[in-house]
Amino acid sequence: MLQVSVSKAFEGFELDAAFDAPAGITAIFGPSGSGKTSIIRAVAGLLACEQAAVSLDGRDLSKLSPHKRRIGYVFQDARLFPHMTVLGNLRYGGTHDEGAVIAVLGLATLLERFPSSLSGGEKQRVALGRALMSAPDVLLLDEPLSALDGPRKAEVLPYLEALRDQTSIPILYVSHDMGEVARLASRIVVLNKGRVVLAGSLDDVLADPAAVPFLGVREAGAVLAGRVVGHADDGLTKIETGAGAFWVPGLVGRAGASVRLRVPAQDVILSRGAPSDMSALNVLPVTIIGLERGTGPGVAVALKAGDARLLARVTKRSCDAMGLTVGDQVFAILKATAIAPVDIG
Amino acid sequence: MTDWLGPAEWTALWLSLKVAFWATVFSLPVGFGVAYALARGTFFGRQALNILVHLPLVMPPVVTGYLLLLGFGRTGPFGEAFEALFGVIFAFRWTGAALAAAIMGFPLMVRAMRLSLEAVDQGLEEAAGTLGASRWRILRTVTLPLAWPGILAGAVLGFAKGMGEFGATVTFVSNIPGQTQTLALSIDTLLEIPGGEPLALRLAVVSILIAACALIVSELLAQRVSKRRAA
Repeated sequence: MLQVSVSKAFEGFELDAAFDAPAGITAIFGPSGSGKTSIIRAVAGLLACEQAAVSLDGRDLSKLSPHKRRIGYVFQDARLFPHMTVLGNLRYGGTHDEGAVIAVLGLATLLERFPSSLSGGEKQRVALGRALMSAPDVLLLDEPLSALDGPRKAEVLPYLEALRDQTSIPILYVSHDMGEVARLASRIVVLNKGRVVLAGSLDDVLADPAAVPFLGVREAGAVLAGRVVGHADDGLTKIETGAGAFWVPGLVGRAGASVRLRVPAQDVILSRGAPSDMSALNVLPVTIIGLERGTGPGVAVALKAGDARLLARVTKRSCDAMGLTVGDQVFAILKATAIAPVDIG
Repeated sequence: MTDWLGPAEWTALWLSLKVAFWATVFSLPVGFGVAYALARGTFFGRQALNILVHLPLVMPPVVTGYLLLLGFGRTGPFGEAFEALFGVIFAFRWTGAALAAAIMGFPLMVRAMRLSLEAVDQGLEEAAGTLGASRWRILRTVTLPLAWPGILAGAVLGFAKGMGEFGATVTFVSNIPGQTQTLALSIDTLLEIPGGEPLALRLAVVSILIAACALIVSELLAQRVSKRRAA
């Protein structure tokens, strides 16, 4: 368990955040300038703070200089040493699990090359491998995908997923991309203007209607864990989740594979009656368990579907016209195409 | 070929190379330390150090030579200390010429090294730290290799300045043939004796050649470094 408590006064901005991170990926999520990078720099000992308490399994790291903390850091811009080969970079911090790291990250063909000849995705894979080979007790990832375009992102994401599934150390993953967070993190710390506004398991926070203003109305939406049931001839995949079966576009995973589905709140439609003669493929009976009126025209509606939760965002006008209240049984409708393939993983 | 210069001129040339070489060798580590402190340090008196280092560049060389005479002469406080501790005497010896050359070349050397150190991405040093490298290892494996062309340029500038130093040298250690009469001093002497001009011209050509060679060598080395990095 990594415990972090950081405070520092910047010009016109005060950082004051505390949270815990168990083994696994904890996302540090927030808009630009919310203090995400400052927090992990403080954890690594790279940022001088008025107060920066960092402890790992009860061991205080705060007084140690950065090179004694055993905290791996993958920077946004990779920061490979330009005068060393890929292998030289990888071995700089140690040779822990060398063969496995090189194999898992697909680096075998790059070892003799210099960083200047690598693509952005390759650089990030080397940076990740370099951090892993130093056998860190904690790993910090600072928006490792933000400098990459779509295809390069897709190239690196599977490696991060493998890391998520195999790691036994706390990993802090800084991001402002909810798609990445939904795919990778098991816990999330939501920052706003230097403060922690929400923290907890990813499922809980993303299904919390109170979280919508902080996640952004376009980013909010529950994440469902599911299993691929099978693929249909017309190019759809059926996924069984705690909320019921979903049809999603594309041929995703193998039958039996575990996947995560992100269901954007703004794409969920609510209906009083069971709809028929309609193009949307996914209709689920749900119970309203919470309503959160925002300052804008929207209402976030928390829904219970089977043993899972969903989030819908409707207008105040619709909410009032339909007379939605907590406890009501309604139907949630979701177009299959609302779930983009990139959100499935 | 040996007739081309007289024995006194060969001696002066050899002496100049010796003086410039040792001046460079001894001022390199000190210069690097000062350049590193100026580029990376945040300490009290940093600006004062910066000014002190640059003073020989703007002061009249005669004044520098005079101060050296006061400080490092046989009765000067530093001169006495060096003689007692290391048995090194500066006054009116080639060692004094080397000291004057080192002091006069120091600002040029530090400036070049400081600029190249400032150009090294501190983010890389940070990254090395998170990988467990101590400050010393970071300096050795990241900072120095990346700042290497600038350090080399600093050394070449220091050497070239040492080869040509005149004012401070002549003030501090005088113009003694075979002892402190370097190339520049030799040219000056030749210009003052009747019929010495052709020899002076030859020595001038020699000093130009040496300066050009130093620049070419440093340029080639720097190119090799940048080529390897781009490979």
